[in-house]
Amino acid sequence: MKLQFSARAENEAFARSAAAAFVACLDPTIEELTEIKTGVSEAVSNSIIHGYGENPNEMVTLECRIRAGGKVVITVRDEGVGIEDVEKAREPMFTTGKTEERSGMGFTVMESFMDKVEVVSRTGEGTAVTMTKQLDISYGL
Amino acid sequence: MHLNFQMTDDILIASAVGELDHHSAGTVRTEIDETMDAFQCRHLIFDFEKVTFMDSSGIGVVLGRYNKVTKKGGRVFLASCSEFVEKILYMAGIFSIVDKQKNVEDAICLLNGQKQMEMEVSASGE
Repeated sequence: MKLQFSARAENEAFARSAAAAFVACLDPTIEELTEIKTGVSEAVSNSIIHGYGENPNEMVTLECRIRAGGKVVITVRDEGVGIEDVEKAREPMFTTGKTEERSGMGFTVMESFMDKVEVVSRTGEGTAVTMTKQLDISYGL
Repeated sequence: MHLNFQMTDDILIASAVGELDHHSAGTVRTEIDETMDAFQCRHLIFDFEKVTFMDSSGIGVVLGRYNKVTKKGGRVFLASCSEFVEKILYMAGIFSIVDKQKNVEDAICLLNGQKQMEMEVSASGE
């Protein structure tokens, strides 16, 4: 599944709902669904706020794939400013947002709710966050 | 997301309904701050019973209110958090500074108990 939407804050809810609807066929638990929605929400918010500075003319891409055995792979991509120091950005409480109340916990939340979080970023070119989560589908077999 | 406000004495109870994310956080922040100022409330209770979704934006909202309220000598409580909401707030260490109560009634009870004590202390001091 591939989706592109404008970098408006209103679209955060749309993006996480779309991801949840896409993985629904795997019959995930409510908890798994909430965790996926939260991960997507964090990554999409990052792209909108930090990547694009909330410029509605820019587009965020959301890709979801389902792999054999109930593995979900989600990529959130932007062509925004990029992250200078990815390691630092992933540290809890780190934030570049000064004007509003930012917690700097986005990556920490993603990491605790998803199995794997990979970040590829280039300054001036954009950022791609790929999150992987293995769903517990054993009870369905 | 929308907010329902209730007041008892100088306590503002902000009941949040719906999804709290970066988009809704802005409105939540402004509405609470404006209501606190307009009615000269001292303490704030967040009622999260009807929060159906929350990401890390919620952390900023709680922390920001905590900073404002405590600066004026008030206290902040979190009431009726779901397990999931609690998990996210816990990651940021919120509960080491903000009190968590089972529900709004318990939080009010605690604040009233504190007021009672303050009154007794000031009375005995005279």
